[in-house]
Amino acid sequence: MLKLENICKTFHPGTVNEKTALNGVNLTLEPGDFVTVIGGNGAGKSTMLNAIAGTFKVDAGRVLIDGVDVTGMSEHRRARFLGRVFQDPMMGTAPTMQIEENLALAYRRGQHRTLKWGITKAEREVFREQLRAFDLGLEDRLTSRVGLLSGGQRQALTLLMATLQKPKVLLLDEHTAALDPKTAAKVLELSDAIIAEHKLTTLMVTHNMKDAIAHGNRLIMMNNGQIILDIRGEEKKALTVEMLLEQFARISGSEFASDKALLA
Amino acid sequence: MFFTSFLNAVPGAVAQGLIWGIMAIGVYITFRILDIADLTVDGSFATGGATAVMLIRAGVTPWLALLCAFLVGMLAGMITGLLHTRLGIPAILAGILTQLGLYSVNLRIMTKANQPVSVDKYSLVVSARYVRDVTIGNPLFVIAVFLIVLIGALYWFFGTERGASLRATGANAHMAAAQGINTRFDTVLGLMLSNGLVALSGALWAQYQGAADVNMGRGAIVIGLAAVIIGEVLFDKLFRNFALKLTGVVIGAVIYYLVLQLVLQLGLNTDDLKLLSAVIVAIFLAVPYLKSRYFAGVKKKGGAVHA
Repeated sequence: MLKLENICKTFHPGTVNEKTALNGVNLTLEPGDFVTVIGGNGAGKSTMLNAIAGTFKVDAGRVLIDGVDVTGMSEHRRARFLGRVFQDPMMGTAPTMQIEENLALAYRRGQHRTLKWGITKAEREVFREQLRAFDLGLEDRLTSRVGLLSGGQRQALTLLMATLQKPKVLLLDEHTAALDPKTAAKVLELSDAIIAEHKLTTLMVTHNMKDAIAHGNRLIMMNNGQIILDIRGEEKKALTVEMLLEQFARISGSEFASDKALLA
Repeated sequence: MFFTSFLNAVPGAVAQGLIWGIMAIGVYITFRILDIADLTVDGSFATGGATAVMLIRAGVTPWLALLCAFLVGMLAGMITGLLHTRLGIPAILAGILTQLGLYSVNLRIMTKANQPVSVDKYSLVVSARYVRDVTIGNPLFVIAVFLIVLIGALYWFFGTERGASLRATGANAHMAAAQGINTRFDTVLGLMLSNGLVALSGALWAQYQGAADVNMGRGAIVIGLAAVIIGEVLFDKLFRNFALKLTGVVIGAVIYYLVLQLVLQLGLNTDDLKLLSAVIVAIFLAVPYLKSRYFAGVKKKGGAVHA
């Protein structure tokens, strides 16, 4: 469903700030794969997701989504294949627009924007139903501005927006990291439910090793712009945080350098 | 004595406010919806006036001349938009460049700095001469009808799929791109629409005062911003609906010209007018910032400032 072939990306080449963020990343996702991605700060997790989304042009390599080479495709044209939720709850929604307007925009992802009215009655009902399933009380607030919602509500809304049109690949970029633990757990639970319901092929970056182990059918670990560990199936089910840390130290030759991951 | 002369000047000030209100709506589209301060307007306002006056003098129907002014204004907006989105020039600088270039273009269109268009010779859409008449040709009436149609059309457009994507582009370009919206295209489109309206306003203003002048757009952006801000400050709580917000902007322009008329009659030197306008707009632009800085937490407003 998703194939990354030897993806390389260096930021600010030829300057003192030169940083090789991705150094030959190869990854193949089967349809329905739910892959959690862990790694220290600067390991290249978010950069990999952004390379898939087309936020920047990669230096080398190819990105294929469902067999289509999207490497040269602009961000907005790729969007039709992708659902995205970001770390920053402010990023995924338009704060000055209404909840239903945000959803209507997402409902048309991948379609040409015409001069037809931006939202229909039937859609409104669909949105209401979907929001009701979220149990956040948003189904009665369709015309509220998104700027009035809490971070957790916004992330839940962004999640719905990302999956309203079933994406080929769902990209979750530490989408619970900015939330308090209780809200984070709720949003993760919603993510799990949606992914299972639509059998979505998913990449979920997280700082939290426990979450990475508890969710998905496959786990990859990144370090210095490369994938250094790829665990799936029964082997993943048996994983513990200790085993992961040990593996990391063995392969990378250093300690796992993220307090956030250890404390989580 | 003072009041009668002020009252005498009211219809003229209102007409001026209504015409400039169209230009203020253009500024609202860039400044509030696209979140861009577009300085093209100082040039495109005069371009609209120049285009309309020269076409009318050449025998073109005034209504058709208005349409042409609108299209030429869109072209000006497109240039700013392309400079910004395709060549990576910051929006504010792109606007300044287009504005500067338009000064020469406007002189070329008019062949000299000032061109009259007399209501005696041509059947103009609006003219200051009839501002106190109780007829259907009164510019107050004509512009009011014009504005109703215009605001209705804009209300429709910004409710469509395309209009909503344009609003999303201004509200959160990141989200817009993630939802498959071509933000560059929408930015150009918004700038075109805005400058089309500004040029339309210039075309009406030139007819109203009976001449186009190469300097008629100087400081237009400040007047537009003043109208937008006055409208928002006064009607923030009252006008939630988009059409009403646009109406608020027009009322803001009318109030601006009424206040201007008042201070002029109180003895303000016309030379100091632009300074006064600049100071007033600076104060009103600063108020929301100072409020959030010194009264943070007292009253949370969310992101409800825009659109």
